[in-house]
Amino acid sequence: MTSLLANAVPTRLVHLSSVDVVIVVFYFALVLSIGWYLKGRANTGEDFFMAGREMTAWVAGLSFLSANLGALELMGWAGSAYQYGILATHWYWIGAIPAMLFLALVMMPFYYISKTHSVPGYLKLRFGEPSRALSAVSFAFMTVLMSGVNMFAMAKVMQIVLGWDINFSIWVSSLTVAIYVTLGGLRSAIFNEVLQFFLIWAGALLIPILGLYEAGGWTNLKLQIAHRASEQYVHLWAGLGSFSNNPMGINWAGIVFGLGAVISMGYWTTDFLVVQRLLAAKDLRSAEMAPIIGAGFKMMVPFIVILPGLLGLAVLPEKLVPESVAAVTGGHSYNDVLPLMLARYCGPGLLGLGVTALIAGFMSGMAGNVSAFTTVWTYDIYRPLINSKGSDHHYVNMGRWTTIIGVLISVGTAYLVMQFASIMDYVQALFSFFIAPLFGTVVLGMLWKRATGAGGFWGLLCGTLSSISMWAWVKVDPSALRYVALSPHAKALAQDMYQALWSFVVCVLVTVTVSLATKPIPDGELTGLVYGLTEVPSVGDVPLYEKPLFWAAVVTVIFFVLNIIFW
Amino acid sequence: MVSIWFFIGISLAVNGGLILAAGIYQLLYPPVNPGVVLFHLHANIWWGAVLMAFGLIYCFKFAPRRQS
Repeated sequence: MTSLLANAVPTRLVHLSSVDVVIVVFYFALVLSIGWYLKGRANTGEDFFMAGREMTAWVAGLSFLSANLGALELMGWAGSAYQYGILATHWYWIGAIPAMLFLALVMMPFYYISKTHSVPGYLKLRFGEPSRALSAVSFAFMTVLMSGVNMFAMAKVMQIVLGWDINFSIWVSSLTVAIYVTLGGLRSAIFNEVLQFFLIWAGALLIPILGLYEAGGWTNLKLQIAHRASEQYVHLWAGLGSFSNNPMGINWAGIVFGLGAVISMGYWTTDFLVVQRLLAAKDLRSAEMAPIIGAGFKMMVPFIVILPGLLGLAVLPEKLVPESVAAVTGGHSYNDVLPLMLARYCGPGLLGLGVTALIAGFMSGMAGNVSAFTTVWTYDIYRPLINSKGSDHHYVNMGRWTTIIGVLISVGTAYLVMQFASIMDYVQALFSFFIAPLFGTVVLGMLWKRATGAGGFWGLLCGTLSSISMWAWVKVDPSALRYVALSPHAKALAQDMYQALWSFVVCVLVTVTVSLATKPIPDGELTGLVYGLTEVPSVGDVPLYEKPLFWAAVVTVIFFVLNIIFW
Repeated sequence: MVSIWFFIGISLAVNGGLILAAGIYQLLYPPVNPGVVLFHLHANIWWGAVLMAFGLIYCFKFAPRRQS
């Protein structure tokens, strides 16, 4: 979505009334006030980088979910629902729920018991310095670039939706984020992510409620979509028997193994941007419950994202088109469907809340990127590689300065993208290269005690290089997609799924092969890091309804029921 | 420390109050061209009231004085 936005023709979708402007201004005042209030509680490294490790399961869980609930995500997937139908829901259900539950029940104990500050920090403990350095440098570099790309995308969306000047949006949002993260550290970022969660639901929930009322209920909506598009648009699995039977050009194997088993596992369990929120939990039970709470709400997100896209198919009088066509014709694109539905139902006040929810989504995403970058830079790059003898106070100061510098680099990236739109494609592709192999490395490290430092490092490196090679191969020769995705009917989304799957396989094979050829790590050095050598503490003598396993089972049952209902 | 839920309460109460006020104004002085479909449902009145009610409950329940 983002690269196409760069070329979009600026038109103004909505007009704000004075009460709408008051609501937007109130949001900025509130987040700055929160940052100011929290400034006295970010004096030590644990406070600034880990929010004091005192977050409850609810705060950590909502923050964990919000870190992924950015405005680009909301607008992009609502547009995908308009374009591809209910298939887009896979990215919220099978593309998230199993991974979140796996993280909670299997991986979280190791992250938490090891008391690591970051995912690269776990790699250091398990595989040694080379793996940490590779992971930390790539994560820090990509995170700060992604922050800049998102910043530019936000400014462009604000220009298209509200007619705001791009420079104004970039500087106001980045300065606000810089101020409240510099003052309050991770705690400030987490507080604002939870605030964003409520604003998004408060601002977006009316669209599906009023939309279903206008469409005459779910049954009538399905009939209208079948009439205006295709019956396949309202089935999750029925059209996935082959690549050519559904609008996405993907099959069930790509969704189940590529998306469900690799991409989502990689993102939700090893992307430090989201995992950092869980490391701030106050105890192990909270750290395990947090992703389960996040999973429960994640299952409901399609109600405010996918359903508005489907409703747009049924009730909007005009037909939306791809960004490239909209840029030429001046019409509205798929990605405009959420703002269009917002403008359709929301009058003064409600419109301001909806726009505030979008702004909050952008800003908290930026804050999440910056706070994760700051922690990885300070603890995984600066301290081990540049200055290992600094005091705690010194590292907190380094964190504050890194926040400001990270925001400035992001601003620079945003202006670079403004000049060279194609950079966005490359940055997003680069980010995806690391996710699947990193999951392979971390999960083998946690579950297989025979994995060695050399195995972990070379597996991660070869998996990443294989991902880059496949991407470059298809870039140079688009017909190569038939080999990567195993079908001549495969489309772009299928490439992402299969590229991730193969790079994960390469990572695992190389890690296993090199590990078996190198000297095992003594068991004593793996205590607290690997399954079988670690005594996972009990969650305590608590009632059944307070046990993570019980709620994971509840979420699993709901997950299967939903998939069957919308089969 | 002031609970995060108190800040959430403030946000919902203030936003809900503003939306409710805008809705009541539109009810008393209906615009010639409302600009939205389903205007007759006056969503900003009941949705604003719901948000404000939730916000006030949160503000009361997590007020710093009660928490301390």
